[in-house]
Amino acid sequence: MRRLLLTSLAFLALGSAAEAQSRTRLTVYTALENEQLAPFKAAAERAVPGIEIAWVRDSTGIITARLIAERANPRADVIWGLSVFSLLALEGQDMLEPYTPSGAAALRPNFRSSREPMTWTGMDAFVSAICFNRVVAAQRGLPRPTSWADLLQPAFRNQVAMPNPASSGTGFLTMAGWISSQGEAPAWDFMTRLHDNIQVYTHSGSAPCNNAARGEYAVGLSFDMRSVALRNQGAPIDVIVPTDGVGFDLEATAILRGTRNLDAARRLVDWTVSREANELYGRFYALVAHPEAVTTVQNYPADFAERLVNQDFAALAGRRDELLREWARRFDGKSAPR
Amino acid sequence: MPDGGSFRPRASDEQRLMRLALGGAAAFLLLGLVLPLAWLFARAFQDASSGFVGLANFAEYVATPNLAASAWNSLWTAALTTLLVVPAAFLYAYALTRSRMPGKPVFRAVMLLPVLAPSLLPALALVYLFGNQGMLRGLLMGESLYGPIGIIMAQVFYCFPHAALILCVALSGADGRLYEAAAALKAGRGRIFLTVTLPGAQGGLISAAVVVFTLVVTDFGIPKVIGGQFPVLATEVYKQVVGQQNFNMGAVVGLVLLLPAVGAFLLDQWARRRQGGFLSGRAVPLEPKPRPARDLPLLAFCTLVAALLLLVVGLAVWGSFIRFWPWNLELTLDNYEFGRFDSAGWGSLWTSVRMAAMAALIGTALIFVVAWMVERGRVSGPLPRLVGFATAIPLAVPGLVLGLAYILFFNDPWNPLGFLYGTLAILVLNSLVHFYTVCHLAAVTAIRQLDPEFEAVSASLKVPLWVTFTRVTLPICLPAILEIFVYLFVNGMATVSAVIFLYGPDTKPASVAVVHMEEAGQISAAAAMAVAILLVNVALKALHLAMAGRVERWTQAWRRR
Repeated sequence: MRRLLLTSLAFLALGSAAEAQSRTRLTVYTALENEQLAPFKAAAERAVPGIEIAWVRDSTGIITARLIAERANPRADVIWGLSVFSLLALEGQDMLEPYTPSGAAALRPNFRSSREPMTWTGMDAFVSAICFNRVVAAQRGLPRPTSWADLLQPAFRNQVAMPNPASSGTGFLTMAGWISSQGEAPAWDFMTRLHDNIQVYTHSGSAPCNNAARGEYAVGLSFDMRSVALRNQGAPIDVIVPTDGVGFDLEATAILRGTRNLDAARRLVDWTVSREANELYGRFYALVAHPEAVTTVQNYPADFAERLVNQDFAALAGRRDELLREWARRFDGKSAPR
Repeated sequence: MPDGGSFRPRASDEQRLMRLALGGAAAFLLLGLVLPLAWLFARAFQDASSGFVGLANFAEYVATPNLAASAWNSLWTAALTTLLVVPAAFLYAYALTRSRMPGKPVFRAVMLLPVLAPSLLPALALVYLFGNQGMLRGLLMGESLYGPIGIIMAQVFYCFPHAALILCVALSGADGRLYEAAAALKAGRGRIFLTVTLPGAQGGLISAAVVVFTLVVTDFGIPKVIGGQFPVLATEVYKQVVGQQNFNMGAVVGLVLLLPAVGAFLLDQWARRRQGGFLSGRAVPLEPKPRPARDLPLLAFCTLVAALLLLVVGLAVWGSFIRFWPWNLELTLDNYEFGRFDSAGWGSLWTSVRMAAMAALIGTALIFVVAWMVERGRVSGPLPRLVGFATAIPLAVPGLVLGLAYILFFNDPWNPLGFLYGTLAILVLNSLVHFYTVCHLAAVTAIRQLDPEFEAVSASLKVPLWVTFTRVTLPICLPAILEIFVYLFVNGMATVSAVIFLYGPDTKPASVAVVHMEEAGQISAAAAMAVAILLVNVALKALHLAMAGRVERWTQAWRRR
């Protein structure tokens, strides 16, 4: 009996060792939030047998720069959770492997690549939002803004921080959202008037919300996701999704051209568009790519999806340099902090 | 002194060996520094599709609206920081080396605090002190911390130990006989200071000024975090490379930033011609005698500086134990459970320790031997000068630029060294090269204080050069060598800007984890990881101090009479 037990134990050990041997290790580049990495990895490895995920996670700018710098000899197999603007830049350099994941046709049409076969698929939308510090606002007698237009009030003079679009993808997204919702000329006019109320244009996309949480400014323009961790720590901030149209960005998935593990990469990407995966995204995001997936994230307005503007990602990505140059001409030169 | 190589065949064998070794050093610097930078800087002359465009990128860059403003801002903040730091560091180093003030080991340890701590800690402390919710914000009289004020305060804090370290080495090797002679000639104290002390420290002063100035010009971390929108050249590199992934323009700005290095090299060459060996074979160490009129004011000054440094670091350490500044100041240990914030948990600290230890071990041996060969190897031709110039470059290259250059070079498909990419080894190499310059300067300063007659005498006694090196140079310079080891280790632990491009799935260093937690809004946890890095560095420094006294007694005893 004991011998039998030992033998079966040995078999089990051998079996799991063999399984670890045969699993394909996929290097996955991502800009997902840190706390999402463990559940995403566990769910994917459970659902897709024979793969192991090795994350390289950094901010959007760093990961995108690394991907482009590694272009001659790509190190990543899959990109899972990176801004669609970055993926469009990679697509422009012919760095994405064309592949239509099975089931991708079920995704919302504006959440997937329009090419055939597809080059990327979306996961979820994250939107520009206002991080509003209640305590600082009360100290300074500031009203609670509900729209972008509210931020133009004289009361907000020197109270607003936003990321510099030339340094941060978040900043570019915020600007792109205004251009998409208001039209080009009115958007520049809006930004010129907002400029008078800006205290600082930060280089980091997360700094406006992080610093608003610490009370450095009353209002920080950033992403909706930013605030969750801050609120859990007791920061007195509210996240406001403005009612007059918000720009949004997609987190998206793609296979890198030149991967040595194409088959395993395809199997992983097939799973990332599934309803099950989308419900995982829905634990963190209010709007996901799969229309039938049930989202469980809390504290979002019921009409959230309607507030998103109609955004042409490819057109905006193509005009990025031109828009940034115009932004720098108007606002970057006036550098002296007031 | 005539070389006499023609009738001493062994010397010429030796010279051949020396030339070979120096050639090896040149090859190392070529592979670890010059070629990667060349790979990147070639992009400055290319368009997005790698076509050659001549100077078009430079023309475009000159036309950017805030180029003039950012260049001017870089220059004046760097100049002001240098003017604030170098005199203060000189006074501090003078007190440590030329007075009988009590508590020197403590002051020597506290002086290094800023390099022991990742730059997040001073930035946090400044926010706690002078931010919009800060405890002392009234002192800024309505001015914002986020701009030149914050940049200069943080840079002064960060650069102080670099300058003080160089000046301590420069001031510690004085020849007591010069002072006796001056006193016998009835020179006043002021006169002795101006004619003996200052000229002796001149090389160190110039090096310190060059190092501080270049550090400020090339650092982007501090302006990024606390500079608001105040534009400087280094943040322009960040905008181009990380903000817009425009490597061509990033390379252009990176090249512009090299100009200070060329200036520094020329200044150093000029200073070198003016300073001969200061510590001759007959030199005796200066033994300062107690003199309260000098020691007490110096003690007061050092206490003030040390208190400020401790305040900044102490405040940040406190920040690692609170729930959330400024709304919930309840104390907690939760921030140290790193697994809750980052999947690597405490593992990233271990990665950092391994990386820093390897960089320090390999780097110290390599850098010191190369410095000695350049200074005393008697190799003719342009090789020593070329190697010397290459060692000045890393200081002027922002870490971001070096990291990007490493990707482009080591990840190139036909580079036979490509296997290094993504391993711990490339992080070690990168951090060794990144911090090369200051270590080289410290080694050179220590070596130059030795009279060249040591080598000349051993040559005429037909003692091989390497015997002189191991029996004389190495022991005398051992204190400086230990300083170099510590410097490489602590900087390797804290560095972010270059390694953020190079770590792989299993080699994420703790300093990068700090940045990630800060970005995610886990500010107290980021502070806690930074404090963990600080503690490792403090432990090593404490070990160093415990050894230093013994080493000093053992290796420097011959100097006393």
